[in-house]
This record gives sequence, structure tokens and C-alpha cells, in this order.
Amino acid sequence: MKFRSLFTASAVAASLLLSLATSRADDGKVKMGFIYVGPKDDYGYNQAHAEGCAAVRALPWVEATEEASVPETTAVQETMQDMIEQDGATVLFPTSFGYFNPYILKLATQYPKVQFFHCGGMWHEGLPNNVGSYFGYIDEAEYICGIVAAETSKSKKIGFIAAKPIPQVLRNINSYTLGAQSVVPNATVQVVFTGDWSLPVKEAEAANSLVDQGCDVLTCHVDSPKVIMITAAKRGVMCTGYHANQSALNPKGYLTGAEWNWSKIYSDYANWIRAGKSLQAGTIPHLVRGGLKDGFCKLSDYGPMVSDKTKADADAAKAKFMAGTMVIYKGPIKDNTGATVVPAGTEEAQQDINLEKMNYLVAGVIGKPN
Amino acid sequence: MNPGAITWLGVPLAITAGAIRGSSPFLYVSLGECLTEKSGKINLGLEGTLLMGAMSAYAVSYKSGLPWLGVLVAGMAGMMLGFIHAWLAQLPRVNDIAVGIAMLIFGSGFAFFLGDPYIEPMAPPLASFELGNWSGIPQIQSALKISPLLILGIVLAYALHWFFGNTRWGLYVRAAGDNPSAARAQGISVMNVRTLSIVAGSFLAGVGGAYLSLVYPGSWTRLVSSGQGLMAVALVIFARWDPRKCLYASLLFGGSQAVGPALQAAGYQSYYYLFNAAPYILTLVIMIITCSPKRHLVGAPNALGTGE
Amino acid sequence: MIEDEDAAAIIPQGFATNLGNGALPALEATDGAGASRESRRWLAMVESVVIPIGALVVSLALFGIFCALAGANPFSVYHSIYRAAFGNWYSFQNTLIRAAPIMLCALCTALPMQLGLVMIGNEGAFVMGGLGAVLVGTTWTSASHMEALIAMAVAGMILGGLWIMSIGSMRLHRGVNEVIAGLLMNYIAIAILNHLVNGPMHDPSSLNKPSSFPIPDANSLGSIPGTRVQFGLVYGIVACIASWFLIKHTTFGLKARIVGGNIRAARLAGLPVGSITLIICFLGGAMAGLGGMAEVAAVQGCASASLAAGYGYAGILVAFVSRQNGLGILFVSILLGGMLASGGMLQRENHLSDAIVIVFQGIVFLTILFSESLYGRFKIFQEKTA
Repeated sequence: MKFRSLFTASAVAASLLLSLATSRADDGKVKMGFIYVGPKDDYGYNQAHAEGCAAVRALPWVEATEEASVPETTAVQETMQDMIEQDGATVLFPTSFGYFNPYILKLATQYPKVQFFHCGGMWHEGLPNNVGSYFGYIDEAEYICGIVAAETSKSKKIGFIAAKPIPQVLRNINSYTLGAQSVVPNATVQVVFTGDWSLPVKEAEAANSLVDQGCDVLTCHVDSPKVIMITAAKRGVMCTGYHANQSALNPKGYLTGAEWNWSKIYSDYANWIRAGKSLQAGTIPHLVRGGLKDGFCKLSDYGPMVSDKTKADADAAKAKFMAGTMVIYKGPIKDNTGATVVPAGTEEAQQDINLEKMNYLVAGVIGKPN
Repeated sequence: MNPGAITWLGVPLAITAGAIRGSSPFLYVSLGECLTEKSGKINLGLEGTLLMGAMSAYAVSYKSGLPWLGVLVAGMAGMMLGFIHAWLAQLPRVNDIAVGIAMLIFGSGFAFFLGDPYIEPMAPPLASFELGNWSGIPQIQSALKISPLLILGIVLAYALHWFFGNTRWGLYVRAAGDNPSAARAQGISVMNVRTLSIVAGSFLAGVGGAYLSLVYPGSWTRLVSSGQGLMAVALVIFARWDPRKCLYASLLFGGSQAVGPALQAAGYQSYYYLFNAAPYILTLVIMIITCSPKRHLVGAPNALGTGE
Repeated sequence: MIEDEDAAAIIPQGFATNLGNGALPALEATDGAGASRESRRWLAMVESVVIPIGALVVSLALFGIFCALAGANPFSVYHSIYRAAFGNWYSFQNTLIRAAPIMLCALCTALPMQLGLVMIGNEGAFVMGGLGAVLVGTTWTSASHMEALIAMAVAGMILGGLWIMSIGSMRLHRGVNEVIAGLLMNYIAIAILNHLVNGPMHDPSSLNKPSSFPIPDANSLGSIPGTRVQFGLVYGIVACIASWFLIKHTTFGLKARIVGGNIRAARLAGLPVGSITLIICFLGGAMAGLGGMAEVAAVQGCASASLAAGYGYAGILVAFVSRQNGLGILFVSILLGGMLASGGMLQRENHLSDAIVIVFQGIVFLTILFSESLYGRFKIFQEKTA
């Protein structure tokens, strides 16, 4: 580096420092902080959130800072506090399940003016007033994926590769299965748990084993579905996507997929806050939930292998979701050990808190929930 | 296609197929480490080299459309890291294990830093030989898709064995590793021999990385290696510094990655965390049984870990 | 580090010494006498301060070049690092928070290294220590605050200690390479952790993040009063100083260093090499286990997959870079804590990838390791000999 450019560089640095010093002044912008557990470009869970963040950042009255690859340790507490203290953030979106307890709860009591919105299903009465939870009922989209998968499958066996048997994952598996069984009553879903959110080699092995066992549609609930979609393409089987549209990875066999639409949720929050609403005042609900109807999640376009009849069946189910008349967990439902989990005559609607504590796999799923 | 399930037969099939699909990264890294250690230095940083190879192979294949060019560049990226390691690890008073761990951090950080734009796009993969077409069973057809890189690796394992035993250069490498002062007295530049060994070993590890991103699992992500580079270093000691045994051990490790998922797919659902750890437990048990404090390990380079 | 300047930079060779290679003259440094020795000491001390600081400056320059190539302004990067890690009391606490577990993990490598053992099973010992503490903390609910803290610490130390001692014993009794055994034991410990928190120890109310039952709040270790820094930092500082004292100023430490210098000579001198090895390994593992205990008792409150967060691996490098000196570990851990603390600011202010902090660590550690080769190379630090 030449001396001249060194000199200009330091001049730039000096002006930058000055601007940093002044940028803390209150300029009426909504200052948001987003925290992800993995890299921003994982073509999966974190990327979906980062795209949501990019959408609100485009609004001229929003200032958003991001931090990626923040582990679920005291590191996230430090990151949140840094965003509050150093960047002046007043709204935080820590997006991983494991951030909630104890980290968010601890900081929330310490910073009662800051609003913490956690992605997951965990806020309940008695927890700090400035904490809220948001999540999408993506299992509605999974239900429809199940319909498409079961009708298109020849073997009527579907392979589901999942990270861990936690309620949100079990709910996706169950909804997928119930969707499949709504059109093909004898369809089965074989589950393989890999044990962690991102293990590419294990995921590929699981995909291969499932295909060897006769599954001809694969789907998954892991952080980065890319490897599974590629393996499906290599083995010449079909797949349904998760988190984002992965049709490019298996152009022939991609049927449809359940996608997040976080930009909708984040812009809702941004608008509420700009309008002066808050958790503390009770003008923003502590639990924000929505499915297809609310635009929190969506379906990928149908792939070339989906027949017109199947499209019609899937669209019919989607129409019911849009109208708000569909209930996935309508008794009687038995789990795969034969025990009744939703008795006849009972309906557990999407908002039912029972569903967020799910610890069973419905009949027709081959696998153990723990 | 035949949609029939093969249930319990699927487990041995999956392990065989897993060995064919998943052993190459272990093989390349362990051969590279074997060459490095034979010359008397350890390179614990090959996990970083593996990641760097995986990233650069994928990026080059994506940009150029030529997967084999990706393999070559991956090897060269490995060599670049190898040069740094060779230089630092041979400085007086500098410990090679410490440099290895620092290189692991540097290599993976560098690969992550440069690799983010290539996570989403699709790069052209490396084609495989389809040796299973005689069989009508799709499961076997798929299991017998063999990558040319695996075949090259197998040839290389035997070639390396021959190289150590029958060539002058092989003798130099062993001399540098077994008795550096005698080698110096013979006029061999121990420094140069080790540098070449480390750089060539890192080239192989880079190629192993290319296998990860271009063949199996066939994509670049930050966690694509998930510790395989470190395990391959363990494998060399397990294989007693014999390249042929590195091959067998790699096949074993590759196959064992399939055990957990295959058992679940066949319907056995419990204890998968412990099954996933099976290769580590197995290696440790075998090492405890076969090692001895009394005699020197056959094949172990004498100067290894002595700082000489 | 100051006393035996000739041997300090080289890792003791005891166990590493293979057949046929001469032993190092570890402790019999040839001294001059009187005043000359004094001035030599002083020069060596200056050298051991100037060289690492020089290395740090060089590594910052290299990192600046890297950032410039990546399109960021290096000066704004430096400012961010300073502001995020050391700029004021708030950010310095950030640094200390991150340094606390690393200190204890580094001792797990540094102590066995006195014998020439390269112990990298830190992560496993940390995890086992955390598990032990949770096991005790969640079952003995009738304990008073002090009883619970002591019991948890003892459980964590015993489990972590036994974990590393078993590796030492594999080396001692079966000749299994401790680097490889340590690596494998790490993977095994993490598998045990995952199995337990998803199975036998699973708290069903920990819905979407499988965890063990929590340690009651009343028995939490908490923070150092008046700060945000977890109490484990106090353990870390005390342990570092105690280890330094043990190795440098006690008979036991002297014996350990003799084993590290030349294991055959130590055997000939009648030293109980076996028990010294096992005790040192136990102590090292106990330190990492204590780190795990502090992590669950002061920070996480329960055991979950987050317990294996990489503190153990960070500790290995810190032990090497600080030349396995207890006091050195204090400073290097704080340095690494600062680097980790600056990662967020580099992302948020300079819009660099989150991987930049890994590159940063790599460059700093490689440069510091390189600087090891510079000791004795600068004329200014050498006494003029007549």
C-alpha cells in the first residue's frame, strides 16, 4: 500500500469515526437487531430470516443490524446487550430456539424498555412483559406438501429426515403425515433423526438409506435442506422442500415445498412499532402466530410431476386454510403406539397450546419421538 | 424402478454403500497425513485444508463448469496452506501440533469467509462410473456408483506404499522421519524433504475436500467436513503409518457413518447419538487393545513429536 | 518462563522422547554467575515482553491487509476491535466473560504439557464437568446454597479429572497416543451429553431446546458482584495463579518438570512417574471440569447441547501460545476473549462476514507461534560476551 492511499484511508477512517460518534443520536428511526445461530447464507433457516431482515431494512425509517453465527451460549446475551448499548437497538429479534431461556429472559428484566421478539413458541403469562414470541404455522404448508407427496408417490412411502425430535419438528412430521393420509389413507412416513441441525454427510446417508428402503419422496426438517434435495435428484426420487424454494436443486422431482415468509412478520412488527405500539403497553400481542392465511408461510410452485388432479386436491385444502375452516388435529387421532392423542369429537385448532408441546408421532409414522 | 423395500438387508447394504460413497475424504486426508508424518512432522490442520479444498473446488467448478479443474485447484489451495504449515512448523522452537491447530482455525476461517456466495448455487458435480448396471436392483446400482477419485485414491494408497519401500525419495522421507541427524549426515536436506512431504500431503487433503463438495455429499456448506479431517489424522495412527491400512481404515470409517441412519431407516430408532459415536468408540477400543507401552509402535517415525 | 529461559520455549519432551533421541538439557541451564546472571534475566524478561507484543502488532497489520482486500477500511476495523473488546468497562467485561471458561480449559492442556503430554481432551472434560455439576445440582435439592456450590464444583472436578486421567492412563499403561485419544474422547463426551439431554436427563418442559432439568435458581453461582462477569472468572484466575505456583515453586512441580525434561532420567532418579502423570492429568481435567461446572451453574443453568461450545478447543491453543505458563494463560485468554468479543462489532459496523473473527484468530495465533522462533535472534537482547 502506498503512503498516499494510506493517508486517504486514515482520513476516511477519521471521518468514519466522527460519523459513528454522531449516529447514536435519536433520529426517529426504528432500530432493530437480528441475531442468527448460523451463517446468513445457509440456503435454509437462517437465510430465510436474513431475507426477512433485508426486507425491513429496505424501509427508509428502519435501521437494522445483524449478527450471524451466534452460539446459544452467553455469547447471545452479549450480542443482544451490545446491540442495545452500542447500536441503540430498541427491538431485538433473536431467531434461534435456544436463545430464549435463560438469555432473553435475563436481559429482558434488565432492559424493560427494549422489546424482545423471540422466534419460537415459548412466551406465557408470568414471563417478562417486554418479551414476545412469534412463529408461523408452517405445518399448514407441510400438510399440503403431504397431500401432494402421497398422491404423486408410487410406493406410498415417504422419507422424512429430521434433526431432533422436538415439538416443532414432530408437529411438521405429523401434519405432513395427516395431509398424506387425508388423500391416501395407507401412506406411511419413515423418519430418520440425524441428531443435529446441520450434518451434511449424515443427512445424505439418511436420504440414501430411505430411498433404499423404498421411499420415493423425501422431505426434511434440518437447517440446510440442500444436500437432501441433491441426493433425491441423484437417486431419481421426488422431494418436497423446506425453509425456501429449492426447485433448482431437483428440477424434475421437486413437487412443492413449505417456505417461510418472514419479511411479512418483520414488516408487521416494524409498522406497529413505528405507530407507537408496544408489548409493554399491550398494543402488540405477546404471541404472534399465523399460517398460510396470514402470509407467514407459503408454498413453492408445483413441479412438473404433479398431476392436475393432485393440484386440485392441494388447492382445495389450501382454500380451506385460507378461509380459516381447516383443522388439522381433529379427533380421533392415534399415535403410532396405538394410544389416543386427540380423542374423538375434540378439535385442536392451530392456536391450541397443546400442539406446541407435542411429544408423539401419529399412526402411520415409522419412528420414535424420543 | 423397483419400489420394493429391502428392510433389514438395507443395513449391510447401506454400510457397504456408505463405505464406497463416504470413505474417499478419509482416504485422501489420511494418505496426506501419512506422508507428512513419515517425514517426521504432524499436520493437525488438515481439517482446515479439507474445508479449503471443498470450498475452492466447488467455487471453481461453479465458475468454470469444469469439475476436474475444481479438483486441481482444490489441491493447489491445499498446497498453499501446506507451504505455510511447512514453513512455520520447521522453525526452531515452534511446535508443529500448535501450528496445526492454528492452521485449522485459519484454513476453515478462510474457507468460510470466501465460501459464502457458493452455498446456494449448483456447481457441476464430478461424474461417477456406474458399475452396478448388471444388477436389476436399483439399490445395488446406486451403491456401485464409484467415483474416479476413489479409484485414484486406492491406486495411490498402494503406490505410496511402494514409494516408501522401493524408491530413493521414499527412503529420504523415511530417513527424515526416523533419524533426522543421520539423514543430515548423509547429506539429505531434512528441511526440504519435510517441506515437500507436507506440501504434497496437503495437496491430497485438498483433493479430499474436492470429493466432499463435488461428489459426496456433493455440496459446499460450512459443516460439510464435520470433523472428518481430524478423524483422518487419528486414522493414520490407527493404520500404523501404512498407506494400505489407511485404505482399509478409511473404508471402515466411511461405512460406519452409515450405521446410525441405516438402522433408523430400517426401523430401529433408539440410541442414535450413541450409534453415531460408534466409530470413535470403536477406534479407541481397538487402539487400547492393540497398543503397547513396552514396544515401540511398528512403523511409527522416530522423530515424530520430538521437535527435532 | 523467566527462570529457565533456555528451555521454556520448547515444549517439554518427557513423553514425546522416542527411543534413540537424546534428552534435552531441560533444567540444567548453564548459568553465568552473579551480576551477569541478573542482567541476563532482565534482558530475557524484556525479550519475552517485546516479542509477543511485536507479534501482535504484526498480526494486526496482516489482518488489516486482509480486511482491506475484503473491501473494509482497516482503520475502522481496528477501531471496532478496540471499542468492542477493551474500549471501556462495559466492553472489557464482554472480553472477560468470554475469557473465563477458556482460562480453565487452557490449564487442562498446559498442566499435562509439563510432562510432555499433548492433551487435547479439554472439550470432553468441560462437558463432563458440566454434566457432573448438573447431576448433583438437580438431585441434591435439599442442599444449602454453599453446600450445593461446593458439591457441584467437586462433582464437576472429579468427572472432568477422571476423564482426562483416563486418557493419561491409556497413554501410561497402554501406550495409546494421547492426542488421538483426547480427540476421540471429545466426540464420545459430546455424544454422551446429547444422549443424556435427549433421553434420561431430559426435562419434558424444555420443549424446543432439549435440556436437562434446571439447577434451582437458589443454587446458581451467578456473577461477580457489581459486574456482568460470571463467577467462573474468579475460579479461572485463582486456578491459573495456583497452577503457576504449583509448577514453578513446589517440589511436586519440580518433579513434574523433571519427568517432562527426561522421563528415563526421572525413572532412574526414582521418581514415581506413573502417579505424577495421573495426578497432573487429573488436575488438568479437574480445571476444565470446573469450567464446565461454572458454565452450567453460573450461565446456562442446565445441561444442553450448548455446553459443547468450543471453549475446550480454544483452550488448547491458549495453552500453546502462552507457553503453558499459568500467568501467561491469564493474559492470552483475555486476548482471545477480546478477539471473540470484537466479532460482533466487525459484523455490525464493518459489514464483514461472521467468519472474519475466525480468520482473525488464525492470523494472530500463527503470528505469535512464528514469533517463538525469534527468541535469541535479536542481538539487542543478548548480553555481550567477552
